[in-house]
Amino acid sequence: MSELTINQILTYTFYGTSLLLIMIGFYGVLTKKNLIKIMLSFSIVDSGVNLLLISIGYINNGTAPIFSPSIMEKIHKGISVQMVDPVPQALVLTAIVIGFGVTAVGLALIVRLYRHHNTTNIDEIKNLKW
Amino acid sequence: MTTLLTALIIIGALILIIVSIYVVSHKDLLVATIASSIISLILSAFYFVLQAPDVALTEAAIGVALTTIIFVVTIKNTKREEE
Amino acid sequence: MKLKGVIIFILLAYIFFILIGGFLSVQFGKNRMNVAKAYIEKTPKDLQVANVVTAVVVNYRGFDTLGEVTVLFLASTGLASILFRRREIHTELNPRRRSVQASRIVQVAGKALFPLMILLGGYVFIHGHLTPGGGFQGGVIIATGYLFLLIAYRKFAVKHNTITWIESLAGATFAGLGIMGLILGKDFLENFMLTGKLNDLLSGGIIPLIYIAVGFKVAAELTGILDTLLSISVDVNTNSKNNNNE
Repeated sequence: MSELTINQILTYTFYGTSLLLIMIGFYGVLTKKNLIKIMLSFSIVDSGVNLLLISIGYINNGTAPIFSPSIMEKIHKGISVQMVDPVPQALVLTAIVIGFGVTAVGLALIVRLYRHHNTTNIDEIKNLKW
Repeated sequence: MTTLLTALIIIGALILIIVSIYVVSHKDLLVATIASSIISLILSAFYFVLQAPDVALTEAAIGVALTTIIFVVTIKNTKREEE
Repeated sequence: MKLKGVIIFILLAYIFFILIGGFLSVQFGKNRMNVAKAYIEKTPKDLQVANVVTAVVVNYRGFDTLGEVTVLFLASTGLASILFRRREIHTELNPRRRSVQASRIVQVAGKALFPLMILLGGYVFIHGHLTPGGGFQGGVIIATGYLFLLIAYRKFAVKHNTITWIESLAGATFAGLGIMGLILGKDFLENFMLTGKLNDLLSGGIIPLIYIAVGFKVAAELTGILDTLLSISVDVNTNSKNNNNE
């Protein structure tokens, strides 16, 4: 009985936290006026999505997907070893690095915009078109 | 997962949500950047609890060190500290 | 406008409740492995590699890693070309650097920690198929070691010629190892070398070689990005001084 309740608490915690991170990040992107604050909120959305992907691939009482010598001993003795899903981890590895690359290019564009318009407020940059 | 680990995870999740609201709403940009590195640190601990050591290493190295430094360099070059 | 903020907040809260209602039917911790079961069973038998995530990233989904390395290369090149300035003549102190000297503690610690960080980064990407780690993690650690020196000393600059050569050679090695698979009559990026025993350093065919190439490439790219970002300055004094120098 108590194991079912702990599983439900963990479900709410991991999925709820990652979805809340995504929603808070989106609120920052849609509402704020400073360009650097928008890039910070994009980085929060990236972190939330990666947490959601990895928490889907978790298996109860599973271990890390590495065949270390201690796990090989257990297999030779005949105890079955349950491993966590390795495919979402491979995908998230790529996603973290690409998120960093996108952030870096975005910040370079912000520096270039600041050199031209001398402001980082998107309202004033839209006004200067006229 | 034991009860102690579940309690620590819930505390970590609450800290994560509070710090992310702080990042979005605070006016001083430099403080918000340092707070976003706290998010990456707690996320790296979460990835370790979810039995994913490669992802924890990558998130700790990229999220804490490199993302913070490129944000700080950009804030320095745009001469702004407030919103 | 306050009205826009409230509307967006209500909309996002509505989407959040719909999504979490949908996600509660995805049970946390249930065994749903279909493809991954075949990966886990095949890796210690066919490939003799201990780290399953490394085998998935380099061998079974190796084409995605090639795409990711290309995206990083495009990011590094794009950043350098967006922040382009005409190269000024170097005086004895690099005029584009920050004007405040770092404290003594940072300088001494930078000199002491730099070789240790290079060693740690090299260990992480060479043993990528045995322990958690790999090319990307090792490359980022090496770039952090160079960042320490870039912050501590004002006259330290990385030669862009060396970085370009290392990056190009490492990328060509990765693509070349893939094309060797095509030349020998098998698929692109197929494992064509002999595999040794499990948990040995020289096991896994071409997987350690690919990860060493990726480690060098990522380290060179990230060092180039950091050096480009730390060398720009929009101070008014430096602008006029540089214009007077030309």
